[in-house]
Amino acid sequence: MSKILATSTGTELDSAIDPRFGRSAYFALIDQGTGALEAIPNPFLDAASGAGTQAAQWVLEQGVDVLVTGRCGPKAAAVLEGSGVRVIEGASGSVREAVVEVAAEP
Amino acid sequence: MTALTIAVASGKGGTGKTSVAASLALAAPSAQYIDCDVETPNGHLFLHPEIRQRGEVRMRTPQIDADSCTLCGECAQACEFNALAVTRDKVLVFAELCHGCGVCSYVCRVEGAITEVQRGIGLLEMGESARAGEAPLQFAKGTLNIGETGSVGVIKAVKQYATHDGLRVLDAPAGTACPMVETVQGVDYCLLVTEPTPFGLHDLKLAVEVVRRLGVPCGVVLNRCDIGDDRVKDYCQAEEIPLLMEIPFERGLAEAYARGIPWVEARPEYRDRFQGLVRAIQEELDS
Repeated sequence: MSKILATSTGTELDSAIDPRFGRSAYFALIDQGTGALEAIPNPFLDAASGAGTQAAQWVLEQGVDVLVTGRCGPKAAAVLEGSGVRVIEGASGSVREAVVEVAAEP
Repeated sequence: MTALTIAVASGKGGTGKTSVAASLALAAPSAQYIDCDVETPNGHLFLHPEIRQRGEVRMRTPQIDADSCTLCGECAQACEFNALAVTRDKVLVFAELCHGCGVCSYVCRVEGAITEVQRGIGLLEMGESARAGEAPLQFAKGTLNIGETGSVGVIKAVKQYATHDGLRVLDAPAGTACPMVETVQGVDYCLLVTEPTPFGLHDLKLAVEVVRRLGVPCGVVLNRCDIGDDRVKDYCQAEEIPLLMEIPFERGLAEAYARGIPWVEARPEYRDRFQGLVRAIQEELDS
């Protein structure tokens, strides 16, 4: 079972996916096994620069398997590259829908 | 004339800084124009200088030795600008976010893991503009490389060339952030160019606040003075900021601008007006 991190505009499963990665409002951590959701306010939201690189490092520290977001910038992508984290871009709709889609994939 | 350094700044963009700075420099018998608006320098479009000397602006940037680096992450944590990122197997350097402060190599405990290398971030161009019957106008310009963010470093570098012994006119970037502060810091006088509109007034107030904190005396040039309302004038009066020049909203001035002709060349009476502006600033400084 995977640990999923979705960028979210709110704290609920029905909150909309935040299309931004580094400047996302919340990071929603979902345990696919238990279905537990933990929404953490983005600690890098107000970074003057490099929010994406910071957020990407933070994702690595969380031991996440899958990252679901709208768009992940080139610097953040460079940090995540080769880390084993699967990055799914172009997500929209709610966090719940995104989790269902991830689960449906092989 | 003893050396006098005047910065031409504004809060709001597009109020006429470069037009004022170019004409101010051209009106003085012996002057230097220094373009500190390094993200969008455009004084050369009006002054047509012949460039005689070029130089590169460099900044120190960390280079990580993958063999000795222990991935401890202290460098990335210390970096104020998030220019370093620790991944599972290496530390990445995002050079365009780096400000060259050197804190990463300062905090690194592993000998040889971080070395600092020089990296080009901008261009300096120095030259002069020929003037009929007068000494040529000295010219210097800084240009930040595309994609870079370290404009302050380029402004610092071009300001080093503000060495003329007559009038030095620094054309400042718009706004009131670090690049404007770097330009205005240490000058003798700051001219704030604005317009009589709500935006013009709002941003003038911000600029006045910054300039005062820098301890630089300032005065206002009101461009397009016959549009808008009287609130800029009322503000200047209440704050005891001298209103040194008013420039009307005229088609002739706009046409000259569009053709890259400085106002003092397009309209002879503006030569007298700008010479009067320099005298007025000198009087302000003497009083």
